[in-house]
Amino acid sequence: MARAGRSPARRRRVPPSLVGLAWVSPWLVGFLAFFAVPMALSLYYSLTDYPLLEPPIYVGAQNYRDMLHDGVFRLVLVNTLIYAAFSVPLGTVVALVIAGLLNQRVRGVSLFRAAVFVPTLVPIVASAMVWMWLFNGELGLINQFLIHVVGTTHPPNWLGDKAWALPALVVMSLWVVGQPVVIYLAALQDVPVQLYEAAALDGMGPARRFWHVALPTISPVVLFNVVILTITCWQVFAVPFIMTEGGPDRATYFYTHYLYDNAFLYQKMGYASALAWVQLLIILVLTGVMFLVSRKLVHQRSA
Amino acid sequence: MSRQPHNSGFMGGPGRQLRRALVYTTLIAISLVYAAPLLWMLSTSARPADQTMLIPPRLLADPTSRMPEYAQENYSSVWHDPVVNFPLYLRNTLVVSGLAVAGCVISSSIVAYGFARIRWRGRGALFALVLSTMMIPFPVVMAPLYVLFSRIGWVGTFRPLWVPFWFGNAFSIFLLRQFFLTLPKELDEAARIDGCSHWGTFWRIILPLSRPALAVVVLLHFTYMWNDFLAPLIFLTHRDQFTLALGLHLYQSQAGNTPWNLLMAASTMVIAPVLLLFVLTQRTFVQGVAAEGLKE
Repeated sequence: MARAGRSPARRRRVPPSLVGLAWVSPWLVGFLAFFAVPMALSLYYSLTDYPLLEPPIYVGAQNYRDMLHDGVFRLVLVNTLIYAAFSVPLGTVVALVIAGLLNQRVRGVSLFRAAVFVPTLVPIVASAMVWMWLFNGELGLINQFLIHVVGTTHPPNWLGDKAWALPALVVMSLWVVGQPVVIYLAALQDVPVQLYEAAALDGMGPARRFWHVALPTISPVVLFNVVILTITCWQVFAVPFIMTEGGPDRATYFYTHYLYDNAFLYQKMGYASALAWVQLLIILVLTGVMFLVSRKLVHQRSA
Repeated sequence: MSRQPHNSGFMGGPGRQLRRALVYTTLIAISLVYAAPLLWMLSTSARPADQTMLIPPRLLADPTSRMPEYAQENYSSVWHDPVVNFPLYLRNTLVVSGLAVAGCVISSSIVAYGFARIRWRGRGALFALVLSTMMIPFPVVMAPLYVLFSRIGWVGTFRPLWVPFWFGNAFSIFLLRQFFLTLPKELDEAARIDGCSHWGTFWRIILPLSRPALAVVVLLHFTYMWNDFLAPLIFLTHRDQFTLALGLHLYQSQAGNTPWNLLMAASTMVIAPVLLLFVLTQRTFVQGVAAEGLKE
């Protein structure tokens, strides 16, 4: 007691908030240098005409007005929306179904889980190349399967076909659901056993138990991951950039790709910055809407 | 509450066995579908070029016994490609990833300690700010970052790829903070009584106890760096600086009609190290991903 009582007097009096700030200062500096300042700069650039090699010239809201009449902007917006509208719900359902199956007290869970998780570790460039090979119109494994096993006579030329390129990318996105699967599985394993037992005593089968008991319990986790998946989908870039270069006929030209082209191909930094702010706004609005809509659907754990 | 024996009532009997058989069949089918692309990649990488064009396709080369020989031929041809310098790109990737991972672990654990083990005003608000930056995608800041880095002459160097990570990374800070919070408060008090400063507590007590969490951060960040495509694409300008991801893209695009067996051999080479890491550390990986997604 005596030692403990003596020590505060000996310690130098540094206000605790300064000590705390000092410990988090590396992040604070990084946040300012690589985040806050670039964001502020970007807001300013978005109000300028900035061809990168010459200084920016203030043009007011011209870039934002240009967007309203930019057909390509509308096209990439619609393409990205369609991609997200299919990829997010399908990916979520696939991940939930796989997690639900893995949660059935099966043996060898780690092996099955590994098979589904490994694709998320594959570098995007490599998975893009593998899927280009799989989707190849003549020799690709997918079309060979369609011809010889399913019996299709004229399978699509996937990435080379305006109508099929975007659906092909959605299919490919379903291959990379390992992260949500692992997260949902962990959440399902946290569902109290008593809830299942009570539902089983009420005569519910496994499918109805999953739908009526497990899913409502893990709904906050699902919501969070749907938000993350939506944000990821809005950023989709590398896969179409490598596999289709936005084609054919701009069928897979997405928002981030257009932003990239404006900034680094056309060197229109002003317009690119305006695009970035609109993208941020879209993501914030989508996130907000999802949280609001789901307020009723999501189960709040009572304290 | 009394526990029901497993074989009693409606749960037991042949229906249950049928259901289990169905679950296993479905899981095996799903696993095969998910493994197929990579298996097909491996199979293609161990065949001569003319055997990638067989209709209908075959999983194994003809003759099968020569597959190791074919594989060796393909892989060595990729490794020694006269234009795309894979050995150099491997070295570049290791340098960039190593610097980034080291900085990320060191800075993030210091920041996480400040958020988890010290009480101070404004802590909650600042941590909320850390979390909110995780929601902001890189494309939103890439244009102004490029301008910034080109002003200070960093474009065309490795620096934009690793220096920012020496100032903490939001995901890693979050993961480490959650872990630090689970360590009992009494540890700090005991250390304080023994005359430990915050730094001593952090260095001698908290960090040694956090090895599992640090391992998760190292693994997740290393795979992130290994796989990253967009940042190297923007910030690296000379071929000599390329990472493996960029090199693979170059290998695919420059030749136009590089045979599929070589492309698949190159892809396998880029994937193999990450897969090996996963096989060796599967539990750590899975725990880390689960912890990242279960935040409330």
